[in-house]
Amino acid sequence: MSFIASALLLTGCAFLLLAAIGLVRMPDLYIRMSSSSKAVTLGVSCLAVGLAVSMSDATVTTRAILLIVLFFLKAPVAAHMLGRAAYLTGVPLWKATTIDEMKGAGDSLEQLRNTTPAGSESD
Amino acid sequence: MTVIGLCFAILCLALLLAFVRLVQGPSVADRVVALDLMAIVSVGLIIVHGVATSLPVFLDAAIILALVTFAGTIAFAKYLERRRPQ
Repeated sequence: MSFIASALLLTGCAFLLLAAIGLVRMPDLYIRMSSSSKAVTLGVSCLAVGLAVSMSDATVTTRAILLIVLFFLKAPVAAHMLGRAAYLTGVPLWKATTIDEMKGAGDSLEQLRNTTPAGSESD
Repeated sequence: MTVIGLCFAILCLALLLAFVRLVQGPSVADRVVALDLMAIVSVGLIIVHGVATSLPVFLDAAIILALVTFAGTIAFAKYLERRRPQ
């Protein structure tokens, strides 16, 4: 195994460890998610590139690229959906958070949910 | 091959830290995030094992585990949002 492959593998593992440390240490669900989802993307990408370098095979490289693209697509989507669901279920923000751009979004969604059955009743 | 052993050790430590958050997480969403991270660290473990054995099959397993994890996280988020009105 070449030096580049081992360096990439160690970097990827270090990023995954950083994501786990951020998940434990950060004060708030949203900060935890923002720290872990980005580090996870970079860590798995480094690991996949390390695997592609250590194998040096065209099919393996293609699949590694597929894995990287998959992670770049899925990590933001999953983090967004989970964060939205957590905000709407009322998971509290950290006390030092100053900007809450979704303030009132839960209320309007509740309103929408309450008005929809009334409209369907009149039909 | 000591690099592989070091990678396994680091990833096991990451798995353990994510498990701490899974146990103590105050809300359900915290636990879902911790489970997601644990699955992704498992993807990393599979990739490192693929490097150790130099079998390319493990990369397929990693891709499939990542896809299944994504579907599970989306399902959990949908469930949390649907369950909200009490």
